[in-house]
Amino acid sequence: MSNSFLNNLGLEFNDEQAMLLESAQQFCADIRSSGVVRDCLLAEQPYPGEVWQQMVELGWSGVSIAEEFGGSGLGIGSLVPVLEACGKVMLSSPLASTALAAHLLTRCGSKQQKKSYLPRLASGEAACLALLDNHDWGAEEIVTQLIKADDQWRLHGSKPLVMDAPLARLLFVLAQHNGEARFVILERSQLDDGQFAPDTLIDQTKRSASLEFTGTDVSTAQIISHSELAGVLQELHLLGALFTAAEATGSAAFTLDTTVEYLKTRKQFGRLIGSFQALKHPVVDILNDLNHCRSLLYHAATLCNQQSLNNDAEVACRMAKALASDTLVNAADRAVQFHGAMGFTYECDAQLAIRRAQWSQAMFGDAAHHRKRLAALLLDARHEA
Amino acid sequence: MTTADTETRELQEFRREVADWLAANKPEDPGFLLPQSFMEVGSEQVLDFLREWQYKLWSAGYLGMAWPREYGGGGRPAVYQTIADAEMRKARVPICFNTIGLGWAGPLIIDIGSEEEKARYLKGILSAEDIWCQGFSEPDHGSDLGSAQTRAVRDGDDYLVNGTKIWTTLGNFAKYMILLARTDPNAERRYDGLSYFLAPMTVPGIETRPIQKITGEYGFTETFFTDARIPAACRMGEEGQGWKIAMRTLQYERGAEAGAAGGIAIIPISTQDLLAMAADQQRDGQPVLQDPSSRDQLVQLMIEEKAIRLSDARADIPALCTDYPFSLPLSNKLRTSEWSRRMRQYAVSLQGNAGSRYVGDARAIEGGFWQRAYLNNFSVTIGGGTSQIQANIVGEHILGLPKS
Repeated sequence: MSNSFLNNLGLEFNDEQAMLLESAQQFCADIRSSGVVRDCLLAEQPYPGEVWQQMVELGWSGVSIAEEFGGSGLGIGSLVPVLEACGKVMLSSPLASTALAAHLLTRCGSKQQKKSYLPRLASGEAACLALLDNHDWGAEEIVTQLIKADDQWRLHGSKPLVMDAPLARLLFVLAQHNGEARFVILERSQLDDGQFAPDTLIDQTKRSASLEFTGTDVSTAQIISHSELAGVLQELHLLGALFTAAEATGSAAFTLDTTVEYLKTRKQFGRLIGSFQALKHPVVDILNDLNHCRSLLYHAATLCNQQSLNNDAEVACRMAKALASDTLVNAADRAVQFHGAMGFTYECDAQLAIRRAQWSQAMFGDAAHHRKRLAALLLDARHEA
Repeated sequence: MTTADTETRELQEFRREVADWLAANKPEDPGFLLPQSFMEVGSEQVLDFLREWQYKLWSAGYLGMAWPREYGGGGRPAVYQTIADAEMRKARVPICFNTIGLGWAGPLIIDIGSEEEKARYLKGILSAEDIWCQGFSEPDHGSDLGSAQTRAVRDGDDYLVNGTKIWTTLGNFAKYMILLARTDPNAERRYDGLSYFLAPMTVPGIETRPIQKITGEYGFTETFFTDARIPAACRMGEEGQGWKIAMRTLQYERGAEAGAAGGIAIIPISTQDLLAMAADQQRDGQPVLQDPSSRDQLVQLMIEEKAIRLSDARADIPALCTDYPFSLPLSNKLRTSEWSRRMRQYAVSLQGNAGSRYVGDARAIEGGFWQRAYLNNFSVTIGGGTSQIQANIVGEHILGLPKS
């Protein structure tokens, strides 16, 4: 493979995607001026419900679902412009989780499962994926077990920090049966409150819950079993990283804009503080980072829109997440600092940024996690070549 | 469909044609160290070699492909030159050293020059017959061009020029200089007192003194003007327009404007070159490429390299450039030069104790290539406005931050 990864500069953005980006930006601009994101920070209701409904009406919940199941049949990378636009106004929704569930069903669901569940996802029933059994995105072993006894399948295990679980109507739970990966599709109504503990997250625009399964009954029709499931599990991790990178890149733009606005209006010692190079240059650095994030992001989206996720796509997704995580962490950290005392307050939008940055970094592996895997792809393959 | 990576059949054929020609015509290793950039032409020997190469490239039709036909160019769409340049980089052929003519003065003359200027200068730039240099910086005013003190006083049909320019790349070889000089010291705004000249270097009263660089080599000069007579006809634009034209020149220099004749100005070094070198190095008794800390740093450099290249591609897709329009070229220029510097320094550090050797030591890894490359790279982070000046420009012009 030598350096094919370096020479793959695939970057496509067709008119359809451009329209999607434009409508998402327009929609999100309205969201921003409505103030709804701030209103919902501490609300009981997970996400602004009517906003999700509007997103569904715009067709976003079904963007990557095949037309025969009520979607638009676009590539999975088409979610990227939408999630980037949402990130730019700090709007959270179950969009990414639902799209990942749809990807899982599309790739590994049985005919009947696709028919039963994909139209529900396309029509806006939110879904969530319970992947991890602990807090380690690098863990390979699946702890949660799917056990068959007395002709009945039962689920045993715990899943911490399941993103979007509080709003999800359908839960896709990763488990193992005799060492082989399976997904179990659960209706929210199958779980009682004792199994379901909402988490308190640093990013208050986000909602998650930790789940406990102590012998939950599962029917055969609810089990996803497929010879390629292990590979698709890897795809889910990569796409999750890509979606998180898309949102983080948008959030980095939000952060940059917030800081620049303050630097242009705040005066100290008789000067606008943006005229001080100690503030100006780090902000330019953030813009430069952001430009690189967007380039990597849309490259990764391009490759993910092509049939299967090959090595180049994996490299692209991991690079996009690694850089987006680092960029947002730095941008948000500087945003708080450069706002001075104002930045220390809850009222200042820099708090949204710094909280998002910590959350975003944790999701689907931080920068070091991805760089470690990139090293294996980029450095070790060299020796074999 | 907007794509940055699909080519028509015609362009694909052209790409093959160039690759074939380069394979057949790439000069043999001359047996002396060739420069990695146009700022490193330090001897007649190197100059003759590069001059011949540029002439050959132009004669074959692969230089100035998008410049007008009547002035020695190819009159073809710019994409052809882009492809030819990419193939030149791939084939690792020598640089086209007449960069100040090819990349800055040439495009400027094409855009705003008179018919006479175009006819007089453009062809010689392409053929390498006429070497160009730049007289902007002065000893007391590095990047602060508005303070230029070199005086040009009108005397009949000439201007009498007095003063000193510095960091004149190729100054001792050049036939022409793009010169910024003060024609009106009493102008209300200091910028309005400047004028711009396409000045001959051959008139009496111009003396060049080569400057020895950080690497120990030569490549540019200090240039002294003592009652040098520059014909008034060599002034570009009107008196007082010098600042405006100089700023325009810097746009070409910083890569924000298109129009360069093409050819490689700087030999690119990739992380692949770095890996090739590192593959033989050891750390803690094991190959350095297996050392966790080194692996992480290498991957960071590779991510940045990929992002740099993709950003060039993204700049061609308008729908993906709407949020900070025009920021990509400026932003990427700054990033590219800083990344290059960090990568070269890191390469030296990867050599362990051997990193202390230098060019001239027979045991230096790759002849001291990385050490020299690192030191030379400061020409990119300093020349044409330091990275810090570039950051000011991005901050003020792209982000709209107040002036420093």
